[in-house]
Amino acid sequence: MHAETINNAIVTMDVALPGIVWGWMITLNLWAKSIATGSILVGAYLLARYDSKDLKGLKTIIPLVAFVFLNIFLLFTLLDLHQPFRMINIFLHPHFTSAITVGAWMATILTGIIALMAYLVYFKKQTGGIYDTLLKAAVVLAIPVTLYTAAIMGEASARELWQTPAELIQMALAAFVAGSAVLAFFSGSWKKEAKRDLAIILATAAFLSFVMYMGEYYLSFKSEEAEATLAYVQAGGEYHTLFWLGQVIGYILPFFIAIGAVRNGNGALLKLAAILALIGLFIAKHVWLIIPQLLPLS
Amino acid sequence: MKLGFLVDLDLCMGCKGCEVACKVENEVPVSSWRLRVKYVDQGTFPDTSRTFTPLRCNHCESAPCERICPVSALHYLENGIVNIDNHRCIGCAGCIMACPYGAIYMDPETNTADKCTYCAHRIEGGLMPACVVACPVEANIFGDLDDPMSNISRYISADKRVQVRKPEKNTKPKHFYVGGGQAQLNPLAAKREEGYSLFNNITHLKHIGGHH
Repeated sequence: MHAETINNAIVTMDVALPGIVWGWMITLNLWAKSIATGSILVGAYLLARYDSKDLKGLKTIIPLVAFVFLNIFLLFTLLDLHQPFRMINIFLHPHFTSAITVGAWMATILTGIIALMAYLVYFKKQTGGIYDTLLKAAVVLAIPVTLYTAAIMGEASARELWQTPAELIQMALAAFVAGSAVLAFFSGSWKKEAKRDLAIILATAAFLSFVMYMGEYYLSFKSEEAEATLAYVQAGGEYHTLFWLGQVIGYILPFFIAIGAVRNGNGALLKLAAILALIGLFIAKHVWLIIPQLLPLS
Repeated sequence: MKLGFLVDLDLCMGCKGCEVACKVENEVPVSSWRLRVKYVDQGTFPDTSRTFTPLRCNHCESAPCERICPVSALHYLENGIVNIDNHRCIGCAGCIMACPYGAIYMDPETNTADKCTYCAHRIEGGLMPACVVACPVEANIFGDLDDPMSNISRYISADKRVQVRKPEKNTKPKHFYVGGGQAQLNPLAAKREEGYSLFNNITHLKHIGGHH
C-alpha cells in the first residue's frame, strides 16, 4: 500500500514489517462491550418510559446480559495481552493519561455495579430502591465505558483512519444497535409500544451508523495515511468485500427490516433484524479495526 | 540535557554495521529490530540511485507511546530518552498502535514491547550508543541538543536540510536526518512490493498479534 511514489521509488531491502497487531479479539472486545452497555442504556430507557410490569423480565435481563457480555469483554481484553497476569499493573501502576487505564478502571467499577444488580436479581430483590439506584449508576458509567474505546483509538495516533470525534459517535451508535438488538430477543411478551421503540432505536442507530461509515469511507480524507488506506480498500484491496458485507448485513438490511417491524408490529421481523445487526456489527467493527493496520509506518 | 540523534544520509553507505551492533548490544531476538537500514531505489534505468535510511525510535518529546501506555512502562528519562521498563509492560500493544514510526515491536521472547533506548544503559556509563560506535563513516551523530557546542547541535545549525520524519504528527522527534527526501522518510512515497527484495522475501511476521 502506498500513495504517490517519488521518482519510481521502491523499497528494495528491508526487514519484515509486523502484521495485524490488534485482531479479532479486540473486535470481540468492542462487540461484547457494545452489547453490555447498550443493553443497560436501552433497557434503562424502556424502564423509564414504561411500567416494568409491561416489560416482563427486563429488570432481570439487563444485569444478566450486561454481566455476561462485560465479562466476555474483560476476558478477551485479558487474553489479548501478551502478559495477561500483569493486568494488575493497571491498578498498581496506573497511568491516567492512557485511555486504556481510564477505561479499565471504569469498566471494572461498572462490572462491580452490574454484579451487585445480578446479586439482587438472584435473591429476587430487584423491585426495591437499591436496584433502581444501582441502575442509575450503571447508566452513568455505561456512557463513558461505551465511549472510551474511541479515546484509545484516538491515542493510537499512528492509525490516522481513527479520529476520536467520529469514533465517539460510532461507539455510541454501536451500543444502541447492539443494545436494542439483544433486547429484541427477550421482547416477546412486552408491550407493543416498547417493541416498537426497540425497532425504532435499532433502525435509527443502524441508519446513522451507515451514514457515518459512508462519510468516513468516502468523504473524510484527513491525512495521507487515511487516504492511502481507504483508496487501497476502495480499489478492491483486502477487506473490500468484507467492508460492504458488514455494511449490508449490519446496517442496511436491519434498517429496512426494522422499519417493516415498526409498521406492522411483527416480532419475528424485529428478531431477524436483530440477528443481522449483531453479525454485521462484528464484521463492520472488525474491518474498521484492521484496515489502518495494513499501512506501512516506516 | 536533551539527547538526540542525527543521521547524515549523504554519508550512510548501507553497510548495516549499526543494525548488527544494535542487535548484539541489546540482544535483540531474531526477527525483531530496534534499528534497521532500509534500502530505497529510485529512478528509471540507467538513471537510478540507491539510498540507505537507518530507522529507529525517534524519542519524541511528545511521545504517543508514552501517553497511551497504561502502566507507565514507557517513560521519559531526565536526559530526554523515552525508555521502556519491560518488567512492567503488560503487552497490550497500545504503544505499537500509537507510534507513527513503527519503531516498537513485541519481543517474541519476553512477550513485552521493546524498542531503541538510545542504549540508555551505555549512556549511563558514559559510552556512546552501540550504533554510533559501529558506524565506519560517522553518519550517526549523537549528543546533547541543549548544548549549542555539541556536534549534533552544530550539525543542525549548519545544515539547512535537516528534517524529521512525519513532522505533521507534532510528536517533536529528537531524531533528525540530513540529506534525505520524501522517498526515504515517508513510507508511503516508495512502493513496497510483497515478496520483492534484493536478497530475500519480505513477508509479514505471523507471530506478532496472531489473532487476525
